[in-house]
Amino acid sequence: MGALLEVEDLTVEFATRAGTMRAVDRVSFAVGKGEIMGLVGESGSGKTVSCRAMLHLLPAWQVRQASGRALFDGQDLLALDEARLRDLHGRRIGMIFQNPASHLDPLMTIGRQVAEPLIHHRGLSAREARAEAIELLRQVGIPDPKRAVDAYPHQFSGGMKQRAVIAGAVACRPDLLVADEPTTALDVTVQAQILRLLLDLRDRTGLAIILITHDLGVVASTCDKVTVMYAGRIMERAPKAELIRSPRHPYTMGIIRSQPSRAEPGRPLDSIEGQLPALNALPEGCRFHPRCAFAVAPCRSGEIPLDRVAADHDAACIRWRELQGAAA
Amino acid sequence: MTAIEIPAAPSRWRSVSLPWTVPAGAGIVLFWVAVAVLAPLVAPSDPIAQDLSDTLKPPGWAHWLGTDNFGRDVLSRLIWGTRIDLMMGFFGVLFPFVIGTTIGAVAGYSGGFVDAALMRLLDVTISFPFFVLIIAIVATLGPGLGSFYIALALVGWVSYARLVRAQFLVLKQSDFVLAARCLGFGRARIVFKHILPNAIMPAVVFSMSDAVLDILLGSSLSFLGLGIQPPTAEWGIMIADGKNFIGTAWWISLFPGIAIIILAIGFSFLADGFAELLGAKD
Repeated sequence: MGALLEVEDLTVEFATRAGTMRAVDRVSFAVGKGEIMGLVGESGSGKTVSCRAMLHLLPAWQVRQASGRALFDGQDLLALDEARLRDLHGRRIGMIFQNPASHLDPLMTIGRQVAEPLIHHRGLSAREARAEAIELLRQVGIPDPKRAVDAYPHQFSGGMKQRAVIAGAVACRPDLLVADEPTTALDVTVQAQILRLLLDLRDRTGLAIILITHDLGVVASTCDKVTVMYAGRIMERAPKAELIRSPRHPYTMGIIRSQPSRAEPGRPLDSIEGQLPALNALPEGCRFHPRCAFAVAPCRSGEIPLDRVAADHDAACIRWRELQGAAA
Repeated sequence: MTAIEIPAAPSRWRSVSLPWTVPAGAGIVLFWVAVAVLAPLVAPSDPIAQDLSDTLKPPGWAHWLGTDNFGRDVLSRLIWGTRIDLMMGFFGVLFPFVIGTTIGAVAGYSGGFVDAALMRLLDVTISFPFFVLIIAIVATLGPGLGSFYIALALVGWVSYARLVRAQFLVLKQSDFVLAARCLGFGRARIVFKHILPNAIMPAVVFSMSDAVLDILLGSSLSFLGLGIQPPTAEWGIMIADGKNFIGTAWWISLFPGIAIIILAIGFSFLADGFAELLGAKD
C-alpha cells in the first residue's frame, strides 16, 4: 500500500508474422510518491514496452494482448478507456523520451508546446499559459526564457530541447514522470544537468519518476531503487545502494562489471558474452542461463521465480545464496 | 513559487538565414501581382481596342512593345493578360491542393481499406496521360476558364494526395505525435494542429512549381483554342496570335513569352527557397 503506481503481472504480447511474441512476461513493480525507480536492461529487454503498454502508447495493431494490472492511484490503467486515459496523460502522468529533437513539433514554437497542456488540461487562457510557460522554461534552466518562448525547436541545442520537453511534460504538475532514456542522446555534461534537473523536480514537487536506462551510472546518481529486466522478465529488484553493493543475480553482476567506468587501462572491457535471445526462441528455464557463467542443470528447465533475498530485495536466481561475493 | 538553482544550459541560439531565392521569388511574383491589380492604371491603352491603320508596328515610342495584326497595343494586352494568367496559376493550384490534401490526409491517416480504395482511385486517374485527360475534359465541358479549373481539380489532385499521404504515413508514427498523445491531446487536435501543418509542407513547395505548370497549361489550352477565347488578352493567346507573323512581327509572341518565363522563374525561386528552408529545419 501507499504506492503511487503498482504494476502486477504485466504481460504484453505482440502479434508478428512469426507468431505471438511475449515481450513482457509477468512484470511487477511499485513506485511510491516522490520515488525514482530505475528500469534497467539491455535494448529489447522490455523496459520501454512495459511502460508504453501501461500508458496505451503501443500501436493497437501490434499488440495482441496486454494483461495484468497497473494500478495508478487506485485506477487500473490497463482497464481505462481512451477518454479517461487521455485525461491522465499530461495532467497526472508525463512522459519524456530519448530523442528530444524528434519529440517536438518542428513547426510550433517552444512556448506553445509547453503552454498547450496548460490550456488543454487546466483551462488557462492563452495569455496565462504563456506566462506560465515562461516560468516553466525558467525553472528547467533555459536561459532568457522570455525569448526562448517564441523560438522554434530547430533553434535549440539538444540539451535545451530536452529541457523544453521536460517543461511541457511537468507543466501540469503530474504525479508520475516516465523518462525513457532521457539522457542517452545527449553528451555527458548535458546528461548530468538533465539528471540534476529531474532530481530537483522530484525534491520540489514530489514527482515520482520511472527512469528507463541501460546506464548504471545514471542509476547510481539518481535512483532510489532499481528493477533489472532481461528478455521480458524481471531478474532482480532492490534499493539502489544494495543492488550496486551486493547484487544477487549474475545478470546484474554482469552489467555492473561491464560499466566502462570500471575499466582498467590496458585491459579489455568486461562484457557479458552472447546476446539477448530472440523472443520467439527463448531458452527453457532461466532466460539468462545460456550467457550465465554460473548456470547449472536446474537453471535449464522450469520456472525460476523471484526469490526474496532481503526486505525489498528480490532476485530471480536459484543460486543467489552461493553467489554472494562473486560479484567482484 | 520559489526559484531554484539549476545550472543554466549554455545559450546556443541557432538561426536559419532566409535563402536569397525567397525574397527574389517573392519580389518577382509580387511585381506581377501589382501589375495585375494596377492594370487599369498602368496600361497605356485598351487591350482589345483595334486600330487597323496602325497594325504590326515594331516596338517604338508610340507603342513600347509594338502592335499586333489588329493594331492592338501589345504592352496593354500583356498587362491585362497578367490578371488572367495569375488567376489561372492561383485557382489552378487551389482546387487540386485542397482536394488532394484532404484525400491524402484521409488515406494516410486511416490506412487499411480506406487508404487502399483511395489509392486505387488515384492509380486510375494517373493511368491516363495528364494532358490528354485535361484536354479531353475541357473539350467535353466546352472551352473556357471554368472548364479549365474543373479539369485541373479532377486530375491535378493526385500529386498533392500522394505527397500528403506519404507525409501522414510517416508523421502519424512520429515521435512528436507520440509526445502529443502523452500530453493527453485528442485525435482531432493532433491531426489538425500537429500532423497537418507538417504534412502539407512538401505540397506547398510543389504548389509553387505547379502554379507555373498550370499557367503554361492554361496558355497552351488557349493556344489550342480551348482556354480563354479571343479577343480577351491572355499570354497564351497572344503567343498563338503572333505565330503567323513570327518572321515579320516577332514582338507579338516574344514579349508574352518573356512574361511567362519571368513569372515562372519567380515561382521556381519561391519553390527552391521553401524547399531549402524546410531542409534546413529538419
